[in-house]
Parts: sequence; C-alpha cells; structure tokens
Amino acid sequence: MTAKAPLTLHINGRDHAISVEPRRTLVDAIREDCGQTGTHIGCEHGICGACTILVDGEPVRSCLMFAQQAAGKKIRTVEGLADGDTLHPMQQAFMDHHGLQCGFCTPGFLMLAVGVLEREPDISDEDLLDVLASNLCRCTGYQGIIKAVRAAAKEMRKAPQTSK
Amino acid sequence: MTAKFIGRSVPRLEDRPLLTGRGRFAADISFPGQWHMRIARSPVAHGKIRNVDVSKAKAVPGVYAVWTFADVAELPPIGFRLTGLVELEPYRQFVLARERVRYVGEPIAAIFASDPYIAEDAADLIELDAEHLPVTLSASEDPGFFEDNRSTEATVIRKGYGDVDAAFKAANSVLSLDLSIGRHSGVPLETRGVIARYDDKSDILEMYGAAKVPHWNRDTLARMLGRKTGGVQLFEGHVGGGFGIRGELYPEDVLACYAALKFRKAVKWIEDRREHLIAANHSRQQRHQIRAAIDVEGRILGIEDTFFHDNGAYMRTHAATVPDLAAAMLPGPYRVPAYRVTGHIRLTNKTPCGTYRAPGRYESTFVRERLMDAIAAKIGVAPLEIRRRNLIARQAMPYDLKLDTLGTRIIYDSGDYAKLVETAERKFGARDEIMQRRKKGEHVGIGSALFVEKSGLGPSDLVRISLDAAGEIEVVTGSASVGQGIETVVAQICADTLGVDYARVRVIHGQTDRIEQGGGAYASRVTVMTGEAARRAAEDLRNKALTAAAALMQTTADKLQIAEGTISAKSGAGPTMTLAALAKTYPLTGEGFFEYKHMVYPYGVHIAQVRVDARTGGVTVEKFSVAYDIGRAVNPMLIEGQIAGGVAQGVGGALFEDFVYDANGEPLSVTFADYLMPTAREVPEIGILITEDAPSPLNALGLKGAGEGGVNAAGAAIAAAIDDAIGIPGAVTELPVSPKRVKALILDGTIADRD
Repeated sequence: MTAKAPLTLHINGRDHAISVEPRRTLVDAIREDCGQTGTHIGCEHGICGACTILVDGEPVRSCLMFAQQAAGKKIRTVEGLADGDTLHPMQQAFMDHHGLQCGFCTPGFLMLAVGVLEREPDISDEDLLDVLASNLCRCTGYQGIIKAVRAAAKEMRKAPQTSK
Repeated sequence: MTAKFIGRSVPRLEDRPLLTGRGRFAADISFPGQWHMRIARSPVAHGKIRNVDVSKAKAVPGVYAVWTFADVAELPPIGFRLTGLVELEPYRQFVLARERVRYVGEPIAAIFASDPYIAEDAADLIELDAEHLPVTLSASEDPGFFEDNRSTEATVIRKGYGDVDAAFKAANSVLSLDLSIGRHSGVPLETRGVIARYDDKSDILEMYGAAKVPHWNRDTLARMLGRKTGGVQLFEGHVGGGFGIRGELYPEDVLACYAALKFRKAVKWIEDRREHLIAANHSRQQRHQIRAAIDVEGRILGIEDTFFHDNGAYMRTHAATVPDLAAAMLPGPYRVPAYRVTGHIRLTNKTPCGTYRAPGRYESTFVRERLMDAIAAKIGVAPLEIRRRNLIARQAMPYDLKLDTLGTRIIYDSGDYAKLVETAERKFGARDEIMQRRKKGEHVGIGSALFVEKSGLGPSDLVRISLDAAGEIEVVTGSASVGQGIETVVAQICADTLGVDYARVRVIHGQTDRIEQGGGAYASRVTVMTGEAARRAAEDLRNKALTAAAALMQTTADKLQIAEGTISAKSGAGPTMTLAALAKTYPLTGEGFFEYKHMVYPYGVHIAQVRVDARTGGVTVEKFSVAYDIGRAVNPMLIEGQIAGGVAQGVGGALFEDFVYDANGEPLSVTFADYLMPTAREVPEIGILITEDAPSPLNALGLKGAGEGGVNAAGAAIAAAIDDAIGIPGAVTELPVSPKRVKALILDGTIADRD
C-alpha cells in the first residue's frame, strides 16, 4: 500500500479531480471515485470485457489499466453515449434486436462496438465477429448482439459520429 | 380479451436504464461509512483445522474486525430450500468452516475493513494450520468419510414403476452404456454481491443484491439471525444473470447480514471472479450406468439406471434437487413401460453444487438420448426413426409418468411430440450439404436430441395491481428478475387483460417489503405462475372498474368494454370515461392469486451440425437449431432470446466448460482463461422455431416456460453430431468433449470411409 496521489480523470467531457493509490485500477476509480457505475467489472483480468471503455478513442479493458495511466486522456463510458433522451444508434439497435438480457455485459459490448466502428466504419461482417468475440455474454448466445451491431454499423455509416 | 400485446415481440421495458449505464447492480449500491467484507478461503481441499491465525490480518491499518468460526458459532448451518431430505442435514454448510475444511475455497475467516483493497491485503495474511486428510474427488469410486463415522454417500434416491426384471427377461436385446457429464455451472457475468445494512429507526435489517428467491431468503435469514420475519427485508436491484446459481442463500450472504447487525454498519461484499469459480455453486457432474431392454424393433421395454451424483463438499440449499430431477425426468418423451433408477448422492472435496439451468435434465437428456442413438445403431435404423417408434402419442395426453419430483407428480399436461419431430426434421434436418462435403473429405455430422422440459413450478403466486389518477398501472409481485424480461412479459399480460398500453404498466418485483409472499424466479416458473396471477389481478381490477363505471354511466358492467385505457359501451353509443378519470374518485386495485400443484411441460427438439478437425480433434458447431413448443408465446423475441442463450450455455457444457481439479483437490479452472465459455465465435447462428401446438390446459392462457429449453438437449445433440461426423456410433460417452478426447476417439476407432 502506498500513499494516494492526486489525479484528474477526463470522463465524457467532464473533469473528475480525485486522489487514488498508484495500484488503483482505472475501473475502480471510474466507478468508486468518480461515481460512474455504468462500467461493470466481470473478471478483473481482462478476459470478459464487461469493463470495456474508450480511452483516446480505443477500446480498453479498464480493469487492466491503472487510474494513474489514464491521466490526461479522454475517457468515454456508456454514460456518455446517449444524447440526452436520444439513444446512440448502437444503444437503439441493442434494444431493437434484443441484444441484451440481464444487461451486465452490455456497456462493455456497446463501447467495444462503438469504438471499433468509429475507427473502422466499413469493417467486414467476419472481422466484426472477431471483434465481438473478445467480450463475453452469458445470456443472449450473441445472436441479438451480432444483429444489433451489424444494424448499428449501417446506421453509423449513414450518419458518422464524431469522437467526443 | 383482445390479444394486442400477447404474442407480439414488443420492445423490452427493462432496456433503457441498462443501455444508458443507469443500472443498479449489487456493486453499484453503496452506503456512507460502509465496511467492506472479504472472505479468506481454505487453500486445502480436506483437512482438520488446528488453527486459523488472524493476528497479522488484524494488525493491518484499516481492518476493523476479523471473524473465524468461533465468532459465528451461534449461527446454524444454511438450510434446504428444495428437496430437503432429513438424512442430508448433517452435510449442511456452516457459514465459516467448523473443525474441518472440505474444499479449496471454503470460507475460513471474514475480514471487515475500510476499503476493499485493504480487506483483500489482510485476507492474504490469514494462515490456516490444518492436518491434511485424504481427498475424495470422484463420486463413482468408493465413498470416503465426511467426518468420523459419516460416509460421503449422503443418501441414495430410488424411483421407478413397472416390472423392470420382467422387461429385461422379455427383451430381444439389452444395451448397457456408461456415460458421464462434466462439472460446469451458470457463471453469470455479474459475480455475487451483498450489501447489508441495519436501520435503527425501523429496526429492520436490509439486504441489497438479493436475487431469485428474495422471500425465501428473507424468511431463512430471519430464522437464522433470530429476528421477526418483518425485521429483515430484501431488495432486488438489477441482476446480472441467474441461471440457477445466483440468489441461493450462501455463507457470504449470511455473514454480511450478521455483521451488519453486530457492528451496526453497512457491510458490502462483492465477489471476485476467482472466488466465484471456486465458491459459488457448481453443477451437473454425474456418471450414469444405464441399461435398456428392447424388443426386436427397438421399442423400449424397460430402463434401469444407476447413477452417481457428485455434489461437492456440502449439501447446500438445493439438497437433493438436481439428482432427484435427473432421476425423475430421465424417461423424457418416450414410452418406458418399466423404469428403475438408483441415484447415489455423494460428497467430494470440491466446490458444493446446486442447480444450473435445466438441472438434472441436461444430464439425463444426454444419457437418454445417447441411449436412443445406441438403440438406433443396434437396430440399424435412423436415429429419428427409433425415437418415433418410442414417442408418447398425443392421444395419451395428459400422461402420468408415475414419478414424483419437487413435491409434484409428473403428469405431462399436453404435447404432440411426433408432430414437432416431423416439423423440426423438415425445417432443420437436411443432410444433402453434409453428404456433399463428406465426399470432399470433411468430417461433418448432424445429431438430434429430444426432450421434455418442465416449467411453472408452484405452489402459488400473488400479484397486486393498482391504477392511479394519471392512468399509470403498478403491478407488484413477489417474483424476481434475473434479466429474462419479467417486467415486459407481465406488463403484456396485464395490458391485454385490462385494455391498456403495456408501456404504462410498471412491474415491481423482488422487494419483500412491498408484498408478503413470492415464489421468485426459478424452474421457468415466472411467465406461468406470475403471469397467470397477474392476469387474474388485472381481471379483478377490470371487473371493479367496469362495475364502478357502470353505476356512473347508468348501465351494466356487461355492456361496457375497456380499450386503450378508456371505458365505453360495447355498442359504441353513449358517454366514455378513462380509467384514469375513474381512478380519481374510485380506488382501482386488484389482486390475483394463482395456486397450482402441478407443473406444465413444454418440449423440444435440438439439431446440431458439427465439423471435426481430424488432425486437432477440434469441434466446430456450425449450426444449431431448436424447435420448441411453448404452448402460448407471450413475447416471441424474448423466448428466442432465452433459447439462444440456453444453446450457448449448452454448447459450453458440451465442448468447453469444465471445472478441473488436480489429484490434491486443487481447482485448476479459476479464471476465464481456464474456464472457457463460448464467445461469439463458438456459438453458431441458431435456428429457432417456436410452436404453439400444445397450450397448457392448466392455466387460462395456455402458458408454458421458456427458460430452459435452449440448454436441455444441447449436450446430447452435439454428442450425436460428433459421432456422426467421425463415423463412430456411440463414440462420445463423456461431456465436455475436449479436442483431446475427440483425438483419442479418432485414434481408437477408425474414421468411417466416406467413399
């Protein structure tokens, strides 16, 4: 255990000035110190992907990153996806195609898919499946998730989102 | 009643908060000044405890308290919820290890600290001094000792009917198979969690993070902690997957609640993944030695099955439930004139077990359907043909199986099994592509398996409904959500009964302070039991509304109707009145109680297509199809979701998921890198056909359950498909079928010549 050090996390366009131990994971800092509990913890060793967020536009397992490593970087979490009451096309597609049941893995899948499609809007269906295979879902058998992400990809190509 | 919402795939009412990061899962709940609990767990699979040294842990700054068994000695062991045979009671688990440790992962101490990181640091400093004892790791070898003079064979269950010996004497031939199912479990993505808090003002112990059976857990906690029932209240938030294992009462739940009472502090415990994989219920592990007597055409004359159920180190809340279901539901959709089953319930030095989605059926369906495939091979007819010869006919419904389970007599309420088999084969069973690819040297195969599910376990459910002056409807049920969509389904049923929009119906569940009883969410019971209770409640409210409106509108209730929240004359003439307006002057409430002692029995067919890589032994599931008769589909999209999710778990159990132990009882599957769950790459596109051929005669809407039909026969169908792909009938005798096993099968036998 070592002393806490001050740190500012930039999450969804807002600064959070916090003070954490060097060993504190980014996901714990986001959830416990910044109060953004939409990002979930499923395994704490980078396999399940429930904690996936975007750091400077790239999907990241926030359980495998220390909070201090995220200083000065732009963090996006599920809380930042919707525009007021208007859902992001990815969120809407998950609702339309039954891409979620319990909803626990959902924020991770949303951020993973949004991050990849913003970077690579014309990704092939096959490559997209490889990307989605990096996160675990235990409820849906992935059928609804795959349909939703493919549908959202079409929507996002129509109206490209700019990175916040 | 106009079916405006029932039968339609309307969007889920649950989705918005879950999509926007506004869910309220256990870890999301915190109270000011809360303490964090961490459990220190036994690193020894079997040992006599000499000492648990907590001194170093206590000295860590930020640690408030450390408990061992002596601190919780007044707490009884955790009792049974279902199938609680008296002879199993000595095998119950105490909340912290007493005298002995019996599996790696058993709680030996509880640490309470200001911060979860500190609590975890301290837990690492706890030292167990134990005299190592021999470990028992297989339930089918000779039993060992649970304690002095107490065998690890907790009990033997026996069921049956008919003259089995005569059947075998009369047999044209007899088949014997030795089949095993591996150890795997639900493994929801959200680990377990509990936040307990004592409220001085109301003298109520509150528990958050509740799931599945909040009322049962409340009553049990109250008994264990010596409190009045009303002095403990459970609050269900969002639940990150259930699958049978979450929401049972575990040692950690009791410890957190007891600590909240003792310390007068909010106490929070969130399980980590390693803990989950060694401490939450495992399931499934059985070995069956089954014999069948058949006539010359392959018709079953009798079945005798002896099986060994590995329940791990203790008997938890489910007691004998899983083996009892396996024994009682093994006959499935077939006429079995004589049946005798003997189930040895044994304990081993592994994680204790409970139910996992389709408990006992994933296992016994694998066994029964392997047997049917063996009979087909013996007689020399197609697998589906041999099944057809043995199916229970539609005319025989309702069919009394002459067996009991879960306190109910198994009577199949309705079904046309032959019709579903025919439909499934026509839609999903084409072999042309396979034959073509085989000619090119590919090892592809197809396998089918049939099953009867059970659902709608009673004994009862209670629902209350009210409509406020804004026209909003609140439905309160003691049922629970594990993520399956109960709010949407119950809202659809109420909306159609009442004549309102389903989106105006808010369903409250899992809050013990809102309703005095509730069956919870298990055994695919919610749509059937809560659904019917909700329909009755809505009907009650509707009748009251019409009676009140009739007086105001100077007519009689039978001349009125409700549509889109407005009461009007059926004739279309005269004044109208909204329910909301009526609610301003007249209290609009209703109550529905549904009591039923029998379950309802949906059924289905699974068809798997696999490709085997002969060099590596790797198996790829290329297609998976399910035909399932649901009786009456309330929301087809949600039923398909249930089935697809079940299939994925079934694929996992058939090919990948396995809790492995070394010779010392050390668990080797302790991370998601060792315990392999299917990803989007391993789960193929799933073809689903939902039929409504056999509505249940036991409830008004004809409902049956959807929760377990996707997983039930997946292991059986994949095993058959692998046999077919490698051309060795009966090759697969054990799940999961790892590449190593397939490779061994290929080396042992010879892959059939495809030319």
